[in-house]
Amino acid sequence: MTEEIIIAGFGGQGVLSMGKILAYSGIMQDQEVSWMPSYGPEMRGGTANVTVILSDERISSPILDKFDTAIILNQQSMDKFEKSVKPGGMLIYDGNGIIRHPERKDISICRVDAAEEAAKMENTKVFNMIVLGGYLKVKPLVKLENVIKGLKESLPERHHALLPMNEKAIKRGLEIVQKIHEVNS
Amino acid sequence: MAEQTVNKDIAKEENLVFKKTSVLTDKVMHYCPGCGHGTAHRLIAEVIEEMNIQSECIGITPVGCSVLMYNYLDVDMQEAAHGRAPALATAVKRLMPEKFVFTYQGDGDLAAIGTAETIHAANRGENITIFFINNGIYGMTGGQMAPTTLPNMKSSTSPYGRDVKMMGNPLKMTELVAQLPGTYYVTRQAVHTPKDVRKAKKAIRKAFENQKLERGLSLVEIVSNCNSGWKMTPLQANEWMVENMFPFYPMGDLKVDGEMVK
Amino acid sequence: MKELKLMKGNEAIAEAAIRAGADAYFGYPITPQSEVLEYLMAEKPHERTGMVVLQAESEVAAINMVYGGAACGRKVFTSSSSPGISLKQEGISYIAGSELPCLIVNVVRGGPGLGTIQPSQSDYFQATKGGGHGDYRLIVLAPSSVQEMADFVKLGFDLAFKYRNPAMILTDGAIGQMMEKVWLEEQQPRMTEFPEWATTGKKPGKERNIITSLDLDSAMQEKFNLKIQEKYREMEENEVRYETFECDDAEYLLVAYGTSARICQKSVQLAREKGIKVGLLRPQTLFPFPKKKISEMASQVKGILSVEMSAGQMVEDIKLSVEGKVKVGHFGRMGGIIHSAEEIVTALEQKIIGG
Repeated sequence: MTEEIIIAGFGGQGVLSMGKILAYSGIMQDQEVSWMPSYGPEMRGGTANVTVILSDERISSPILDKFDTAIILNQQSMDKFEKSVKPGGMLIYDGNGIIRHPERKDISICRVDAAEEAAKMENTKVFNMIVLGGYLKVKPLVKLENVIKGLKESLPERHHALLPMNEKAIKRGLEIVQKIHEVNS
Repeated sequence: MAEQTVNKDIAKEENLVFKKTSVLTDKVMHYCPGCGHGTAHRLIAEVIEEMNIQSECIGITPVGCSVLMYNYLDVDMQEAAHGRAPALATAVKRLMPEKFVFTYQGDGDLAAIGTAETIHAANRGENITIFFINNGIYGMTGGQMAPTTLPNMKSSTSPYGRDVKMMGNPLKMTELVAQLPGTYYVTRQAVHTPKDVRKAKKAIRKAFENQKLERGLSLVEIVSNCNSGWKMTPLQANEWMVENMFPFYPMGDLKVDGEMVK
Repeated sequence: MKELKLMKGNEAIAEAAIRAGADAYFGYPITPQSEVLEYLMAEKPHERTGMVVLQAESEVAAINMVYGGAACGRKVFTSSSSPGISLKQEGISYIAGSELPCLIVNVVRGGPGLGTIQPSQSDYFQATKGGGHGDYRLIVLAPSSVQEMADFVKLGFDLAFKYRNPAMILTDGAIGQMMEKVWLEEQQPRMTEFPEWATTGKKPGKERNIITSLDLDSAMQEKFNLKIQEKYREMEENEVRYETFECDDAEYLLVAYGTSARICQKSVQLAREKGIKVGLLRPQTLFPFPKKKISEMASQVKGILSVEMSAGQMVEDIKLSVEGKVKVGHFGRMGGIIHSAEEIVTALEQKIIGG
């Protein structure tokens, strides 16, 4: 199994840390992983994206232009990455701020309104964990228990008090994700 | 060199009035007769011998006339790239804080190409000693203008005298470095008379001893002549130095025990 | 016990250096490698092992601190990125000329000039042909994974001390910034005994040690040059490292290192799906260069494509190794652009197979 994922959104949305948690989760289930961020001036307030690869085999290129799954968190990223999903692949997006919704018919499309849900939970910081929950539901490649372990590994010990809140957010994401369009891959 | 004949009746232990320090090698120095480098080397060697720290010393030599100082001083030495001696010394001292680490640099090395390394080593308060020989000229390369060349002073690259409007002003690095909180002892000395030699030796000793206190950097400037570069006889050069260099680069302590001297 | 971590390449270098028992790091911030210094400062290696870490006032000062530390026989290293490495060249030449061991990490970014902060491989000539003034070479290691970033730190130090010569890890921003699994070696103690040539204070009854690259006697200077050239020949004999991928039945060969080699692995897979029998040779040492292996491969394959993030630098070494036996082409991207796996296959088809 090899899963090639792009996560893209604004800097500050927790894009890179969501990718890191996914990568750690992969390690927890003995997979090979890579985490390749876009870096540079655009990180400061602009768009941010990270390519995460989980694989049972040695990973070849950590830099990709076609993905099995795209997790898209703003309009610029939608414009840039909708076309990068492999036919039969998966696009997951948060509807908040999206004015042009995905149109492709040859990929599965899911929506997880995490920004709205995070506001309801009165904790905007768990936004990315709700998105992650949505991903785990529709692409159950990583076991939830390994994600919780991965979360623990990637958080510094002084933040471990936040683990239950994050776990709750992931579970909320599992519940609220909705399938918009489905193809058999 | 011809073998010297020694009169064995005179050369007896009880007649001995002066002996070369054991920290100097027997290598014949390449310096021009009348140059201050030889005296400065000897004073450093004597202090190392008197403090009994020959096995504890690491010296860093510059690029300039004293590039070959490692041939004359019998201690472990490193030869730096032009201007970088304080960077080498920083690493040596940080890796071996118990050793005595010094640099020996000319004015071109310390005050032109090595300005940044000098200021930052001083400002970090590295526990090292810098010996700064200032003769107002690039000696080794044949008498070009140095950062310390006096206004209107002639050199091969200021043949009509240093025009400060065109060539900029001489730089008083010692005054500059004394301002920095990282320096503990900053002084300016000379070695052209026996009295000055004695004073300079005391300053050199203090600068070495300060390393044990771990209070910051010590810098001893020695204003010297370059009779070849200045195109004078040694005697004329010393007179010219007293008349012209000393008013611009006044003798004495600038900072002692971390306090500025008024 | 080895320890498994998820780390950025830059962080892996820093952690591996602490664990390899490094004595000191001297550096100056520059993107995309500042994580090395940041990581070291955060890790307080002075408490873990007594290692010295100092942020210097410039790259020039940093490399000269490396010179001073190396002259004391210590394991010292520095890291920077292309513009900073250019500044260090004078110091590197002195270090090579004084036969001192040290490790230099270049996390390459696109140039010339200030260029870009995005990854590139355009410093190949500078790294492998000397870089500074004078006839000298560096041992150049080219990692293509975070694991190799960590492993090559120890290897770099070992080779540097074996040959009394500076070693360089030549990597790029992509590997520096990427996170992967890495198995870290357990902590090694720092050295307590130092080489006999080190300036650690003159031992009573022994000659003093002098570290210098100066010899004004031309006959002696030539003798010295012949001696270090002999050392480089020894490296070429003993220290060549490379990896092959799908080469056994290959009719065409890609040659690439570092990030490009990772992309090329994917290209090999894509090409083989199309029925083209392609293999990849990945030099792990760029100096010494795997000349013999490439010469061997040239007798097996119909054509070779060098894939580099540069205008074509390594391709010259490939051509020298092939000696005209088969067609050698180059496919480069520049300015911080990384090849896509597909375009490499297309380039192979157009430049080598069809060309």
